[in-house]
Amino acid sequence: MQTKRTIFPNKLLPYALLAPQLIITIIFFLWPAAQAVKSSFEREDPFGFRTTFIWFQNYTRLFNDPGYLNAAGRTAVFAVGVTLLSMGVSLLLAICVNRLLRSGRLYTTLLVWPYAVAPVVAGILWWFMFNPTIGIVPYLLDAFGYRWNHRVNGNDAMILVIIAASWKQISYNFLFFVAGLQSVPKSLVEAAAMDGAGPFKRFWTIVFPLLSPTTFFLLIVNINYAMFDTFGIIDGTTGGGPAGATNTLVYKVYADGFLGLNIGSSSAQSVLLMLIVIVLTVVQFRWVERRVQY
Amino acid sequence: MFKNALLLSAGLTAVLAATPVQAQTEITWWHAMSAELGEKLEEVAQGFNDSQTEYKVTPVFKGTYPETLTAAIAAFRANEQPAIVQVYEVGTGTMMAAQGAHYPVHQLMTDKGEPWDPSGFLQPVVGYYSDTEGNILSMPFNSSTPIFYYNKDVFEKAGLDPEVAPKTWAEVEEFSRKIVDSGAARCGFTTAWITWIHTENMAALHDQPFGTLENGFGGMGAEFTFNNEVNVKHWDNLKRWSDEGLFQYGGPVGGNDAQPKFVSQECAMFMNSSAGRAGVIRNATDFEVGFAPLPYYDDVIDEPKNSIIGGATLWVLNGKSDEVYDGVAKFFTYLSSPEVQADWHQFTGYLPITNAAYELGQEQGYYAENPGSDIAIEQIMRGTPSENSKGVRFGNLTQARDVVDSEFEALLAGQKTAQEALDSAVERGNQILRDFEASNS
Repeated sequence: MQTKRTIFPNKLLPYALLAPQLIITIIFFLWPAAQAVKSSFEREDPFGFRTTFIWFQNYTRLFNDPGYLNAAGRTAVFAVGVTLLSMGVSLLLAICVNRLLRSGRLYTTLLVWPYAVAPVVAGILWWFMFNPTIGIVPYLLDAFGYRWNHRVNGNDAMILVIIAASWKQISYNFLFFVAGLQSVPKSLVEAAAMDGAGPFKRFWTIVFPLLSPTTFFLLIVNINYAMFDTFGIIDGTTGGGPAGATNTLVYKVYADGFLGLNIGSSSAQSVLLMLIVIVLTVVQFRWVERRVQY
Repeated sequence: MFKNALLLSAGLTAVLAATPVQAQTEITWWHAMSAELGEKLEEVAQGFNDSQTEYKVTPVFKGTYPETLTAAIAAFRANEQPAIVQVYEVGTGTMMAAQGAHYPVHQLMTDKGEPWDPSGFLQPVVGYYSDTEGNILSMPFNSSTPIFYYNKDVFEKAGLDPEVAPKTWAEVEEFSRKIVDSGAARCGFTTAWITWIHTENMAALHDQPFGTLENGFGGMGAEFTFNNEVNVKHWDNLKRWSDEGLFQYGGPVGGNDAQPKFVSQECAMFMNSSAGRAGVIRNATDFEVGFAPLPYYDDVIDEPKNSIIGGATLWVLNGKSDEVYDGVAKFFTYLSSPEVQADWHQFTGYLPITNAAYELGQEQGYYAENPGSDIAIEQIMRGTPSENSKGVRFGNLTQARDVVDSEFEALLAGQKTAQEALDSAVERGNQILRDFEASNS
């Protein structure tokens, strides 16, 4: 068999075609990243009059700072909490909607709404509902004898930010799960049913494995979301408190850099964050992806 | 077609005619005043714009105080800075250290031949915003000090005299207990600003040092020493009162939850900036509010010292044209006129910046008509200020205050004792001060 190959003699054309994408990547990604790496080795006053090169001092300080290690631990709790909660709830909702014949579309539309809410607005909404003084949730919990106070109690605060952050992400996960469920061949499920497999057995042995590419994709997206995109929600609800209980790594970058004006330390933290993401993504693609069946 | 062209040219002529022949010099003013305060500020700028034709002051709201400062610094680095920026007192140390970034206001006023008499300002204001040589570097604009608010109706329900506010902390405890036990309110008191009111002012009122080198006024080598006996005792009490339900914590920094607790009548007493007065009166629709000076420990000091200043000043940034600075100087003269100052002070609850504005208010009978409106002024002017009550000046104070807040929260959660929390706040705070010293020298 003969394959036809088109040959482009122009050597520059491929580069010209790639250029727009490359320029955007360089200007908006590589250049700022390089700037962050550069200032992570420097100590500078806020206005930029005096800059001193201090090698790894910003980094060593971070590793000796209990506040930073605490933030790392809190981030892990938060990321795992948000990922499990938002993926679990949205899978459940997706399965429910998938069983509906006529009203499925309506529910799908309604469930997508929260995704359109800006993170800070979502944070404020939850701040209102959970406000120890004027909120409805503490009022209801009080009836059960629980004094909710996320201003003082670190666990309450962590639960609050996990719920608020998950709520935002449920719509997104839900859409992917619905699409994933709809691509599961009906014939397989029906065959299993005829062989006598109950709904749970059918789900765990047929639907869930067939959903694994979607689940894997969402896992990565959700972990990245929890680690990087939740700044607005934390700022709107707890502001990282109490006593640093909800101070995640990305929030600390903001607090130290923008509120504290400590650019060197803030840059060092974002470089570390960048490394964490690279490691996480590599781990996910090398080890988790093997278990995914496409 | 022809008709359209005619209409278009007619429109153009109208637009051209509307533009003044001589272009006005625009002066950008970045500020952090939201809601009513922001509207009032715009009114002040409009008043100046209407009073002359050469300059136009354009106020731009840039968010919270920290956001405004960060935005100004970022803009300065990109050479896009405004002519005037409002910086809160916590940022004073940072701005003073950045000598190349600002045009000292005393120098500006002298250069431009505008009247400038520092002795016309209230003494504590001058003291707080002068450098070591006694020069005022930024234009005082909105200064406040914390005061004590209480709910007269709840006092009456609890069997207390609604006209008598607690003077000492022992009385605050006693009154709170009565209020909670009688069921008049769910909690005794709440507060905004743990840092500013219960640490910085606590030290000042009781004549205790907050840091070395005259609380940082003497230079960047200063260290925090606020883990003194009075502060430890007070934090210990706050923790105990919190556990007993007499005190409710209103959140870090400015305490977002504190005012709702007070105006919803959950807490009977409340400590906040005098600038919160307008907001409290507007929101406290179901009860009568009483005002008083901050309580003190009478076993520590017989006559409490003056309280210290908060609020913000206006900094002039470098890198603008001469015409712009001419306008800024004229605007500052307008801003410090007794009429403008008195109006701003009476509307907002900020202190009158100048003696003349205070006297004007007295002549107008404002303080007699509005009981409680002069408590802040009296509290800040009482006695002779000592080194400990002049104020605090530290670089990176925003970060240090965050540390204090987070240590206070650790205390409330029972993770630390008051002594441990304050010791650790001092230690972490000193690290921040050393960073600031290192990056500014």
